Amino acid sequence: MRLKPRTVAVSSAAALLLAACGGGDGDDAASADLTGEGTGESCVIDAPVPVGAALSLTGAAASYGESQQKGLEVAKAELDEKEGVEYDLTVEDDQTDPRQGITVFEQFVDDGVSVIIGPTLSNTAFQAQPIAQEAGVPVLAISNTASGITEQGDYIFRDSLTEAQVIPQTVETAKEAYGLEKVVVMYSNDDAFTESGYEVFEQSLKDQGIEIIDTLTFSKDDTDFRSLLTEAKNANPDAIVVSALIEAAIPLVTQARQLGIEVPIIGGNGFNNPQLMADAGEAAEGVVVGAAWNSSSDNPENQKFLKAYEEMHGSAPDQFAAQAYTGLMLIDQAVRESCAGGPDDIKEGLAAIEDVPTPLGELTINENRDAEHEAVVQVVEDGEFTVLE
Amino acid sequence: MQQLFNGLFIGSIYALFAIGFTLVFGILDRLNLAHPAVFAVSAFVGIGLVEEAGLSIWVALALVFVVGAILGLLIERVAFRPLRNRPDAHFAGLISSIALAGMFIALLQAYFGPNTRRFPAGTFPDDRFELLGARVTLMQALIVVLSLGLVVALTWLVGRSRLGRAMRAIAENPTAARVLGVDVDRVTATTFAISSALGAVAGVLFAINVNSAQLGMGSAIELKGLAVIVVGGMGSLPGALVGGLLLGIAEVFAIQYIGSSWRDLIAFGLLFLILLVRPQGLFGSRKVREV
Repeated sequence: MRLKPRTVAVSSAAALLLAACGGGDGDDAASADLTGEGTGESCVIDAPVPVGAALSLTGAAASYGESQQKGLEVAKAELDEKEGVEYDLTVEDDQTDPRQGITVFEQFVDDGVSVIIGPTLSNTAFQAQPIAQEAGVPVLAISNTASGITEQGDYIFRDSLTEAQVIPQTVETAKEAYGLEKVVVMYSNDDAFTESGYEVFEQSLKDQGIEIIDTLTFSKDDTDFRSLLTEAKNANPDAIVVSALIEAAIPLVTQARQLGIEVPIIGGNGFNNPQLMADAGEAAEGVVVGAAWNSSSDNPENQKFLKAYEEMHGSAPDQFAAQAYTGLMLIDQAVRESCAGGPDDIKEGLAAIEDVPTPLGELTINENRDAEHEAVVQVVEDGEFTVLE
Repeated sequence: MQQLFNGLFIGSIYALFAIGFTLVFGILDRLNLAHPAVFAVSAFVGIGLVEEAGLSIWVALALVFVVGAILGLLIERVAFRPLRNRPDAHFAGLISSIALAGMFIALLQAYFGPNTRRFPAGTFPDDRFELLGARVTLMQALIVVLSLGLVVALTWLVGRSRLGRAMRAIAENPTAARVLGVDVDRVTATTFAISSALGAVAGVLFAINVNSAQLGMGSAIELKGLAVIVVGGMGSLPGALVGGLLLGIAEVFAIQYIGSSWRDLIAFGLLFLILLVRPQGLFGSRKVREV
């Protein structure tokens, strides 16, 4: 799906012009093609709105990128059926490599896309996003949970919740469900993401008045946790709280159950992965993890998404697919808001999003350009994530 | 008690890994740094055999033993034999074995991808039992028995059998051994095969035990394996066993009494102390090199 040369010329000229005059003025002649008539559902724009998506389709994060691509395809098919606005979606592979991510972003900016979706991983985002920021092309992150992503500039948005938003809800719900009073905390202290997850956990536990009996650290490459877990078991906690990546989470959970630790294990974002149940098997039962998307939510947007995804791909979507789908839907919302598909129109439209119903729930973009919506706390039961009440 | 057992189990794996390492070193005076790569390759091959070919874990273990032996022959043929007549053969072999290790890992990544892999759930019977108030899995018991058994078997092999006598003759003086009619190339190759086969079995057991196999699993254990053979006394088989157990137990008690962040510092500090007191290692002899 490549753009026609004429559209490229016109819209990159528009981008340049807008960037030059500081943005805002959406209805100069150059971007006439991307400015339509009407508002909302009745909006009609002549030219297709070019959208670029930088996803990790190969490399370490390929399984996430694949889900995201499928989610975008479902959204695209749904938007194609709506009258008035057409989207020209180009998906490129960042190979889970920040350098490749930069190349893809540069390509998108040169091609004159109106908005960039992605990239899949936060550390690629940190390096690639400044290119879009400088060129005045809005970015909508659909999976990045690290703090500081949207602080890179006023063109950077996200629809994914940060760990700092999810963890406090996880701790609060788990406390209510299990009557937690004292816990043991474990985390890998040589990884920036798990360490920041630990800090949020520590603060949330303190806020909830839960005592931390012991804090145990390990290395992200460790695979044998038995001696640490024996320490944890001897402390006799009500739950074990763990901030670790999925690579460590699976052996940790397996070994904990082998040692006879039956209390709930509360995990950070790294645990939010169906691989946990696939590889840890029965040991995963009773693992509690917060998430941004409740797959069993019965709100109409979610039901519609589940059905469409199942029909198109023959399998059930995961959170990455749901957030990707929501991303393109939010862009459509932003475009129809002012009935214009230029970069600055979309930037303003995204900033104005408030209480929009999506599969993730009612979603608002706050003044920091981060998404706000209700998180869901899940517990593994019979090999599946179910909502913890 | 549970912690003592934990240390024993980790230590047995270190020992199992180090025994293969030290066998080649003790006999041939060569450090085979492709050994950690064999450890990782075998774990992934084992997973492939169980997951894709649907074999039982026991058949897979036997096949992995054979694969390990073949890799050992390959390492000897490619990385060590062509360089053996160079004056700096020790060092050259060390470097070329690192190169070979890199190639093994790259091939592994090309075939299996970069993700962490596991044996499918239920590959190994998940039996557990209580022993002196501690929980032990069948797997862990097997690892300890296997390590002890292998040390005894290898000590017998090296000390009593015809092959062992040839090995020791080569260790003493390769040229003299050749003059006396020992087929040096064949014995050397056999030593590599046995060494790598042991490393391969260690890799599979490790992957089952911790429910995780990563491309870098070999390099994670490499340093500990080296520390174990230095502390045990270079080339000493019982030394590798005792050294491995000691390191495992030191790590566990560092966690229990001092704190998890200090684990490596305490464990390696302890090993360093042993070397200060006994520079030749626990079971090493000062002048005569044992096998």
